[in-house]
Amino acid sequence: MERTADRAADPVPGTGRDTDAVIETRGLTKRYRGGQLAVDGLDLRVPGGSVFGFLGPNGSGKTTTIRMLMGLVEPTSGTARVLGAPMPAGARTVLPHVGALIEGPAPYGFLTGRDNLVRYDRADPTADPRTRRARVEAALERVGLAAAAQKKAKAYSLGMKQRLGLAAALLRPRRLLVLDEPTNGLDPQGMREIRALVRELASEGTTVFLSSHLLDEIEQLCGHAAVMARGRLLVQGPVAEIAAHARGRLVVTTPDPDSAARVLRERGASGILTDGERVGADAPPPETELADLNAALVREGVRVRSFGVERGSLEDAFVALTGEGFDVAG
Amino acid sequence: MSPAELTAPTAPRRRALWTLGILRSELVTVLRRGRTLALLGVLAAVPVLIGIAVRVETGDGSPAGPGGGGGPAFLTQATHNGLFLVFAALSATLPVLLPMAAGVVAGDSVAGEASAGTLRYLLVAPAGRSRLLLAKYTSVLVFCLVATLVVAVSALVVGSLLFPVGEVTTISGTRISFGQGLVRAALIAVTVAVSLAGFAALGLFVSTLTDSGIAAMAATVGVLITAQILDTMPQLEAIGPYLFPHYWLSFTDLLREPVYWDEMVRNLGLQALYTAVFGSAAWARFTTKDITA
Ligand SMILES: Nc1ncnc2c1ncn2[C@@H]1O[C@H](COP(=O)(O)OP(=O)(O)OP(=O)(O)O)[C@@H](O)[C@H]1O
Ligand SMILES: [Mg+2]
Repeated sequence: MERTADRAADPVPGTGRDTDAVIETRGLTKRYRGGQLAVDGLDLRVPGGSVFGFLGPNGSGKTTTIRMLMGLVEPTSGTARVLGAPMPAGARTVLPHVGALIEGPAPYGFLTGRDNLVRYDRADPTADPRTRRARVEAALERVGLAAAAQKKAKAYSLGMKQRLGLAAALLRPRRLLVLDEPTNGLDPQGMREIRALVRELASEGTTVFLSSHLLDEIEQLCGHAAVMARGRLLVQGPVAEIAAHARGRLVVTTPDPDSAARVLRERGASGILTDGERVGADAPPPETELADLNAALVREGVRVRSFGVERGSLEDAFVALTGEGFDVAG
Repeated sequence: MSPAELTAPTAPRRRALWTLGILRSELVTVLRRGRTLALLGVLAAVPVLIGIAVRVETGDGSPAGPGGGGGPAFLTQATHNGLFLVFAALSATLPVLLPMAAGVVAGDSVAGEASAGTLRYLLVAPAGRSRLLLAKYTSVLVFCLVATLVVAVSALVVGSLLFPVGEVTTISGTRISFGQGLVRAALIAVTVAVSLAGFAALGLFVSTLTDSGIAAMAATVGVLITAQILDTMPQLEAIGPYLFPHYWLSFTDLLREPVYWDEMVRNLGLQALYTAVFGSAAWARFTTKDITA
């Protein structure tokens, strides 16, 4: 492992580095032993104070990226900075300010929920033992586990374990929370609570880095997002901009769908699909005046009941970016 | 968030307590596991079984005949003096049972946490890899001491219940007081525990090689048995003195008057060597390892 720890705590000012980023990677690459290229030249930038969504199909390298950010895995090449310090060299100074949930919770089954938190807190040499009890209780309270704190963790359900993992991430005030699929295994109530919790933490100034498959979750929670596929970063930026990648759909409702489809085709529209009285097409380029299109339809005798463009969702953008295929990339 | 806030945070320095918190946590975690308690239970039962067997064998009160000397050392003396059951029980458990218990705990120490997934959370806490490894090794050593004391104390209790206690006849034939004998017994227990240090370091190293707790435990115990077999083969006399169990039974020299130190010193040296070699190997491996489990 490269030992550059001495420089760890001292980000050099005036090097032109983007000091506003909480996470910043340059050409971050990981090839596992065995040759699997899991992350390939990742240039990620997570702005401070944001709720950042990290998207990608199964096996696209999200967890591997998170492991590198947390210093668990040594990058094959490239650099990663978290809270201004290089990882993994700066782990000891940075990680006390970071709460993490990585690839599911992992409690000690033979310890109670409370004792699990005590153990993880004792592992942190910078945590104050005098406030330990109070912090553990507060964390349990915050994730709704106070009533089950005396139960052995092996008797917890998946959702309860997930909450316990979150409680461990919240043992101290954090500047960054890294959550790998935090709502996995939670009931709808639990999901809502976690989302509310994430919003609350974000409003307190914590940056939240959230990986998820649930696109509407990301859309609800995140201001920024990045999309990965096959280890590569496809796009990153404000969620609204990414969603705009998906061209909306032009939708015409009419009792004369066939002639409507013909007119749209003549006007150069693509992706035309007729479904009963609904005719859909890819939204025309922004420079097209939609009113002209409507007028043309009417001129051709199409009785238009409704006419408009439906905005693309993040899901449309995601599918457009990563492809429809169901199979995991090898 | 202002740029000033984003400069790397500095950790509060609390050097003296650097490792105490996690060490305590390690010890509590090791000693609270059902498996550890089961191991200690088995170890506590061995002197009871030996004691009862000897008592039944010599039920008429007559000391075991010359034919009774075939079992572990000190068995015949135990009928005269219950304190000898301590030495007999340690002689009986040291070759296999005690190191096996140590091997299970050492082998599981890192790999078990890796397979349970708890290792990644300890490391992002952040426990610090060197600090965690040191705490783990120390807690394995403490377990060795506890395991040895469990055998010794159980044997002492059983021995004094089933047999008379009193002045101790040393191997050299001289007699020392019962109090002196107890001091020797305590010294022997500590010596036995320290004898396991080298093997514990080896188990720790094996534990850093895999993400499967079971595999690490099995491999560690396998190494123990192999070493014990190699040590008994006359053809391999040349390497015998470098095998970690070679001088294990030298603790009996503490029962001589005066005490014969040579082999015990060699044992300590060998354990120190194993600890240094395998401790460094474990450290080199663990501090550079990708934690993917
Ligand atoms: N320990 C490992 N050794 C070898 N290859 C691995 C290892 N862990 C992951 N991989 C490979 O690296 C790639 C990325 O895996 P990763 O776990 O980062 O994906 P992910 O985006 O988190 O997927 P998911 O959404 O299913 O959690 C996959 O092709 C996977 O097979
Ligand atoms: Mg994953």
